[in-house]
Amino acid sequence: MTRGFKMLTFQAATLVASGLMISTIPATTRAAPVPAAVTIENFTFKAPLLTVKLGTTVTWTNGDDIPHTVVSKDGLFKSKVLDTGDRFSFTFAKPGQFGYFCSLHPHMTGMIAVKA
Amino acid sequence: MFDDDQENRRDFLKCMAWAGTGALFTFGAGVPASIGLDAAIAAPMRGRAAARPFTFVQLSDSHIGFNKPPNADARATFREAIAKVKALPVQPDFIIHTGDVSQLSRDDEFDDAEQMLKTTGLPVFFVPGEHDMLDPEGGKAFLDRFGKGTRGAGWYSFDHGGVHFVALVNVADLKPGGMGNLGADQLAWLKVDLAGHSASTPIVVFAHIPLWTVYADWGWGTDDAAEALKLLARFGSVTILNGHIHQIAQKVEGRIAFHTARSTAFPQPAPGTAPSPGPLKVPAEQLHSMLGITDAMFVRGHDRIALIDSTLTS
Repeated sequence: MTRGFKMLTFQAATLVASGLMISTIPATTRAAPVPAAVTIENFTFKAPLLTVKLGTTVTWTNGDDIPHTVVSKDGLFKSKVLDTGDRFSFTFAKPGQFGYFCSLHPHMTGMIAVKA
Repeated sequence: MFDDDQENRRDFLKCMAWAGTGALFTFGAGVPASIGLDAAIAAPMRGRAAARPFTFVQLSDSHIGFNKPPNADARATFREAIAKVKALPVQPDFIIHTGDVSQLSRDDEFDDAEQMLKTTGLPVFFVPGEHDMLDPEGGKAFLDRFGKGTRGAGWYSFDHGGVHFVALVNVADLKPGGMGNLGADQLAWLKVDLAGHSASTPIVVFAHIPLWTVYADWGWGTDDAAEALKLLARFGSVTILNGHIHQIAQKVEGRIAFHTARSTAFPQPAPGTAPSPGPLKVPAEQLHSMLGITDAMFVRGHDRIALIDSTLTS
């Protein structure tokens, strides 16, 4: 496959995606909060306390050589095991403070504060 | 890791002098001691009791499936560890594996470990590590294969050659912010299990995470270990064998001797010497000198168990 063809495919996909955005997604969702990210590094969640707007999708990425999990203390969310580079996402649909930890290395803890 | 008691500290340091060089660690009747291997072999048997001496081997943290620096193939180093067991001059009666058999609890990882261990022709007694609890059902894959007939999350006990062996699980249902955990059900079982044994019965306890706090910042300890140690305090000879920290650490507290084994997959840093307890990325030529097995020898009449750590360096 040539580089030119790849470029063309990419552009076409972008055009289709933009078209969809304009034509089918209602105005309210367009203002959806910016996604947030938590990196897992050196057996710690960075950042340990993250404040986000209601409706934010938070994505955790494991940057360690050792697997980890992301498990909420109150059972709201629970990732599968995340090997190196694996991700887990959760969208926070209600306000509050949500503590979580790694079920393999429970000394690793974090908190997502969701504001309305 | 050190006890405040100066006696214990001194004994510990004496023991540590041997660590990593083919360590021999002995204890008996509340008087811990550390002597050289040659002296131990030459030591006279005490006159009493004549049960057959026996050995068993501890393997730990094989992490089958691990393939990152410093070890691209944890299967290969586990195979080397097993070859080392087969080459021991005295064949052990059995093997104990103190957990983290697998890297990700995958069936192929468990299966490869099982097939490799089968080549020894020896019975193998397992406890799970936290890496063995990662299937969707939280440890069922491990228990179905390696934990038949066990209780709860996989604990059990058995007797061999006059020694009572207790396998504990401290990696199940871990609590946020905590370390290893035994839980009330297991402690209640342990109380009943030990009750039937006289104080003169030598006890060997094995579990994955250390049953004393080696380093709390990295979760290297067991929150409710003190409850278990209380139940063990009346026995004259207790040896506690753990893994998890991928390096040798030893301590003597009263009549209880603690010992952690090397991994067969990769070393981890000494407590607090690195930003995290992740794999220590040593050069290839150093790797084998930081992996190993532990050979345990029990001689009835000596009332003590000699632990000999050896590396995979040929």
